[in-house]
Amino acid sequence: MSSPAVAVSLRGIAKRFPGVVANHDVSVDVQAGTVHALVGENGAGKSTLMKILYGVQKPDDGSITVDGEDVGFSSPTDAIARGIGMVFQHFQLADNLTVLENVVLGAEKLHGIGDKARAEIGRISTAYGFDLDPDELVETLGVGERQRVEILKVLYRGARIIILDEPTAVLVPQEVEALFANLRELKAEGHTLLFISHKLDEVLEIADEITVLRRGTTVDTVEPSAVTSHDLAELMVGAELPSPSTAESTVTDRVVLEVSDLRVQDSDGRPLLSDVSLTIRAGEVLGIAGVEGNGQTELVEAVLGMRPAVAGTVQLGGEDVTRWGTRQRRAAGVGYIPEDRQRHGLLLDAPLWENRILGHQTRPPAMNGHWINRSGARDDSDRIVSEYDVRTPGIDTTAGSLSGGNQQKFLVGREMSGEPRLLVAAHPTRGVDVGAQAAIWDQVREARRRGLAVLLVSADLDELIGLSDTIRVVLRGRLGDELDPRTVTPQQLGSAMTGAGDRSESAS
Amino acid sequence: MSVVAREHSAPGTDGPRFGRGIRLWLYALVALLAVSTVRMVTGADQLTSTGTLQAAIVAAIPIALAGLGGLWSERAGVVNIGLEGMMILGTLGAGYYTYYQGVWVGLAGAMLFGAIGGALHALATVVFAVDHIVSGVAINIIAAGVAAFLAEVFFAGLEGGGPTQSPSLDRPPEITVPGVSDAAAGIADNGWFVVSDLAAVVNALTEDLSVFTLLALIAIFGTGWLLWYTSFGLRLRSCGESPYSAESLGVNVYRYKFIAVTLSGVFAGFGGCYLAVVASSGYANGLSGNRGYIGLAAMIFGNWRPGGLLAGSVLFGYSEGARLRGGGELVHALLLLLAIGLFGLAVWQLYRGFRISAALTGLVAAGVLWWFVVTDSIPADFTEMTPYVATLLVLALASQRLRMPAADGLPYRRGGVG
Amino acid sequence: MSLGRRVLFGAAAPALAFVVAAIVTSVVLLGSGDSPVEFWQVVLSVPDARQFVNIVNVSAILYLSGLAAAIGFRMNLFNIGVEGQYRVATFAGGFFAGQAFLPGYLNTAAAIVVAMAAGAAWAGIAAVLRVTRGVSEVISTIMLNAIALSLVAYLLREFGNREGQTIVTDQIQQSSWVPNFTLVPGEDTKVYGLVFLALVAGVAFAVLLSGTRFGFDLRATGQSESAAVASGVNVRRMVVYAMLLSGAVAGLIGMPELFGASHAFGSTIQTGIGFTGIAVALLGRNRPIGIAIGALVFAYLAQQSSPLGIEADISPEIIAVTQGVVVLSVVIAYEVIRRYQARLEQAQVAATLRRERAAGQEVSA
Repeated sequence: MSSPAVAVSLRGIAKRFPGVVANHDVSVDVQAGTVHALVGENGAGKSTLMKILYGVQKPDDGSITVDGEDVGFSSPTDAIARGIGMVFQHFQLADNLTVLENVVLGAEKLHGIGDKARAEIGRISTAYGFDLDPDELVETLGVGERQRVEILKVLYRGARIIILDEPTAVLVPQEVEALFANLRELKAEGHTLLFISHKLDEVLEIADEITVLRRGTTVDTVEPSAVTSHDLAELMVGAELPSPSTAESTVTDRVVLEVSDLRVQDSDGRPLLSDVSLTIRAGEVLGIAGVEGNGQTELVEAVLGMRPAVAGTVQLGGEDVTRWGTRQRRAAGVGYIPEDRQRHGLLLDAPLWENRILGHQTRPPAMNGHWINRSGARDDSDRIVSEYDVRTPGIDTTAGSLSGGNQQKFLVGREMSGEPRLLVAAHPTRGVDVGAQAAIWDQVREARRRGLAVLLVSADLDELIGLSDTIRVVLRGRLGDELDPRTVTPQQLGSAMTGAGDRSESAS
Repeated sequence: MSVVAREHSAPGTDGPRFGRGIRLWLYALVALLAVSTVRMVTGADQLTSTGTLQAAIVAAIPIALAGLGGLWSERAGVVNIGLEGMMILGTLGAGYYTYYQGVWVGLAGAMLFGAIGGALHALATVVFAVDHIVSGVAINIIAAGVAAFLAEVFFAGLEGGGPTQSPSLDRPPEITVPGVSDAAAGIADNGWFVVSDLAAVVNALTEDLSVFTLLALIAIFGTGWLLWYTSFGLRLRSCGESPYSAESLGVNVYRYKFIAVTLSGVFAGFGGCYLAVVASSGYANGLSGNRGYIGLAAMIFGNWRPGGLLAGSVLFGYSEGARLRGGGELVHALLLLLAIGLFGLAVWQLYRGFRISAALTGLVAAGVLWWFVVTDSIPADFTEMTPYVATLLVLALASQRLRMPAADGLPYRRGGVG
Repeated sequence: MSLGRRVLFGAAAPALAFVVAAIVTSVVLLGSGDSPVEFWQVVLSVPDARQFVNIVNVSAILYLSGLAAAIGFRMNLFNIGVEGQYRVATFAGGFFAGQAFLPGYLNTAAAIVVAMAAGAAWAGIAAVLRVTRGVSEVISTIMLNAIALSLVAYLLREFGNREGQTIVTDQIQQSSWVPNFTLVPGEDTKVYGLVFLALVAGVAFAVLLSGTRFGFDLRATGQSESAAVASGVNVRRMVVYAMLLSGAVAGLIGMPELFGASHAFGSTIQTGIGFTGIAVALLGRNRPIGIAIGALVFAYLAQQSSPLGIEADISPEIIAVTQGVVVLSVVIAYEVIRRYQARLEQAQVAATLRRERAAGQEVSA
């Protein structure tokens, strides 16, 4: 074969949602049998574009060509029929069903739902070294295994063009290598791979061609040999990159949070956290690194009182708060930036000024004892909007109408109000545009200078390294030793996060 | 919000095998032993008389059918509180169509009326994403009103009927297995421990068994096969476990939910028909008697599986049958049975390490035993409560170790993927 | 969103629901050989003085019933047991008042407290089952309704007096009766004195909801339980408090009639109020003013439809169909309009921000 054919061609794609233009004038050519990467910042329109290619959304404008033919997809079924498969960033798996059931769902006609299907799954699993048992319930599988189930789903349906949406978001460096090895195998077999990511180093390592998206449109398509990650970053952002920097230490010796021998278990008695001890002082940021599912969420919930401890203590400013409920702890000066702001941090259908009260139902200015202080809440909401540059027409706008970044800015502003002693921040800049991210980092640093203690949980290694004074890794419910962010390398961090840097499956 | 408060749902395996049969048979055997013992101790022979057991079957089936409707709906992710209303519509349809066209058209008519109720619920919840419970409550209100009004329109002028009830209706044919039923009856009369009781069960199942009962059992077991061994069933269940995953694989989630909820109305309607022509002699206002809700309790007790659902229905049906046949004295004997059951549960809880629960259960068991000892019979007002108290007990004791479909009760909108 | 627009959106759903219900009712009537024209003539006729007073009385009672249901519904706690709570409470209150432990109005006040306590206790059973065993309050409250029926019948048999076909508790002494007042001069039927309880309860509910921490917690839990928990709400405690409060208000339902007319609790107590209250709450979207309007409408419909049998040879039961269709249509309409409103607002916000950005760029250019 002399010149490679074009597997997928997108021309002039546009897509609008109420209030936002996700894509406009997007054009990409993907060569067959290559790994083509699509990069851009959060909100650049990558996911929407891939949803269009996979048939989940219909484009408002433009054309899609697959293997030389013009196509129009009205549902994923059409895309699947054309040999396109998608592995989503958030796995689309039913926990209560087995691997087999998850794989054959929607494709029962191919090999039935019994032994023939079982055999086919076994064949694919063996061919690519997936090591999956068809009759195992998905809920028992770890993150890496689940991803392999997703890839298996796609291969089972005979996909030749595979889209991977941020596949390495939940993997540590060692697992990323394993995934890349799988991808190279697939490429060798003639599959075409579309790889969406915002991790530039990884993209440069695996891709044959890179297309950059910014603000919903294509900026350029380049070859990895011709660019550096800095070039890419500039293309992505179009301006100078903010970088987390280390400044003078602001750590004092006044202990704000002390957790001792904390043990948390689930309803079956299985330990989720064991022997967890940590100390955070005023002016200190403690960063918790780890693969999703190793106990970070439980640690956050335990510190906030949302999850009971079966052993151990939590002390806030010297006071034992282990038996305290969430309300008491927050009233004592604990701020919370939740991982999922829409589910845990905001009332989407309520106006901003009412959201000011949320989480602060016991303290002025929003409350006056048991009574709501309307003017107090409104005035303070105005203050937050101006101080944190929240783009909103007013404080009567419902929180759900704001963009993710502005929601987060308001949330951070609210949590910083009333001079909290301790801030628990879980993935505080996830899904937030670069500008808002920088603003939030600045606010955290400013508060830290004033003596705020911060428990930071993040999957963004740059954020962790840039903001933390100390880093500790959580693995299988236990906390590792302290690491110095100024000297630790991503490789070291990755090893600690998987446990001794071996190439086997990560903790589940 | 779903029918079982989410924080109490426990993780566990929900494998593809249907019914986990061996365990159920074991429980059934233990139950038989317990009942037999109580019979010998209290001398209440009616506990396992053929008459009581037949009444138990007739009482259990409508509950099982309602529960089956609930199962179909919830397995697809839609909570169906409106089963009661759909059952009411079924009784009405049965009354009307059976009177004019006989039992088979009556059954079809009842299912049709139930399906209409189901389709309304589906419209509200699937198409318009109304809260499932609110929609169910609204359906019940409509159904009650429609039934009361149409009953007057249909039956007021008929001979033997009136504004609130239909004339006497035809009964569906009954089956008796010759030889077997006589032999069983003979053994049952001897009053031997366990053997006679078992024989009574066989007798009840083989003598004058309504064809509708058979149909209902076929529906229940057929559901198990359909939902766990066909691709239709897999897709339907996936809608209740992870609808967005199903959508991403090309499953038309709206369609399956709609079908499931409409089908739940069909089964509730069947249950209503059974009530009108087998359990009773015609339509009457209020015939459904909250069985739609008791059916839901049976479904929860059965962990959203057909086999368990049937077991739960038998439990309720038995207490109802005992009440109907033996009145206050027989229900009094049931107290001893209950006490034994609760003590057994307390022991099991202690073994599992739940000390506080075990203590509480033991306390309740002691209370029940004391009540049994100091009284001879139970006043009529209290026996009336039997099915409702039984429902509360079952739910209170069983709600903990259950696994409902993961996306049950949660709103779903197409395009929310990823 | 401006106030005018908000009112428009708020009224659109019920209006739409009534239109749908009117159509369906007319169709059903046609189908069963009755005349929709006569139906509307009777129902839409101007109420005479007696009917008018009855409407006021029934509205107040339905308002209390709707309020009781709404307290729970506001946090997605579905108390379908208002009927049973009302029955138990009215019996307890009536029985206590009949014993005349206390003189005059002291007795009345104490009886009202007893009724509220009994209603709360009955609701409390469902609350305990929910927070300790995870039992759905929907099923448990419905079961408790049925149990209440039998239990009260038993208690009445044991502690009441037979009067012909009915059994009643001891008559309440005249000194404890609450005087009724004449709304329409010259008309015999009077408005129950305790109707003001509805007003007090309504105001209290409004203040509670929008002005207190408890009210905020309640609304937050209803909007997003996960966010409420993260903000410190103890959901179990909320469930218990809300159910107890709901049951207590349910206890008030029977008081106006008890102290204004019957003066004893009997086996002829009016049934169905609890369920109509749920319909009223849904119609009023669980808001203090909405429930009031819903109560008025349902009371009006109920009164206007009672002469249907005599005047138009139509079964009065048809009104139950109308009410049911209204409820289902209104919940669908609310959902549709809510979503439309949200999308509209999102688009508006984006447009406003774009304008501001453009204006800002113009200035800086």
